[in-house]
Amino acid sequence: MELFQGPLDVKAISNRWYDEVRELNYGAFITFVGIIRAENSIEALSFDIYEPILRKWFDSWQQEAKSRGALVKMAHAIGNVPIAQSSYIAAVASPKRKVALALIEEFVEDFKANAPIWKYDVVNGERIYAKDRSTPMEGAGILKKDSDD
Amino acid sequence: MVKVEFLGPIGKDPVELNINTLEELADYMLKSDELKEWAENSAVAVNNTIVQDHNFQLKSGDVVTILPPVCGG
Repeated sequence: MELFQGPLDVKAISNRWYDEVRELNYGAFITFVGIIRAENSIEALSFDIYEPILRKWFDSWQQEAKSRGALVKMAHAIGNVPIAQSSYIAAVASPKRKVALALIEEFVEDFKANAPIWKYDVVNGERIYAKDRSTPMEGAGILKKDSDD
Repeated sequence: MVKVEFLGPIGKDPVELNINTLEELADYMLKSDELKEWAENSAVAVNNTIVQDHNFQLKSGDVVTILPPVCGG
């Protein structure tokens, strides 16, 4: 897992990962790259990350990948990432395609739901929390008073 | 004392609280105008492990982290 201040150098990161996995004799390598789109008059997106829990989350996925004979990788940006630049790369390598194809979807979807990262729109230089696009993490609501327990 | 940290968009400085249960933490957050909405939708970690058990007991020196709704990528 790799974290960077500002936009990711996608070509350098994915080429480096490609060289690593082909030398490890994996036959399938899938990368997912997130690109910041122009919408809602934003200039950029911005990210806060809580690294200790993100690292645990990633390590548990690495264990899961290993149990299927695969490998996961991830890079994410901290701070502002302008339109047409990238904030996120996820990758899976496995001996054959089927495991990698299934795992990349699970890995990316669980990332969206449970990785401790907060997103902000940047409009006129101001950071606005992307509340409507955010998801409560697994375990959220534990402080609710009206739960039946 | 338990240290409570508020992450991401909550934008509040850490506090030190004399509490032993998650219920006391909930009471603290629910009576604050600034924090009550986050009590509803946040996950809670103690010493960087997410807590799933309502009856989890806090002890002095624990670091509690409040994690609001996320959106990576």
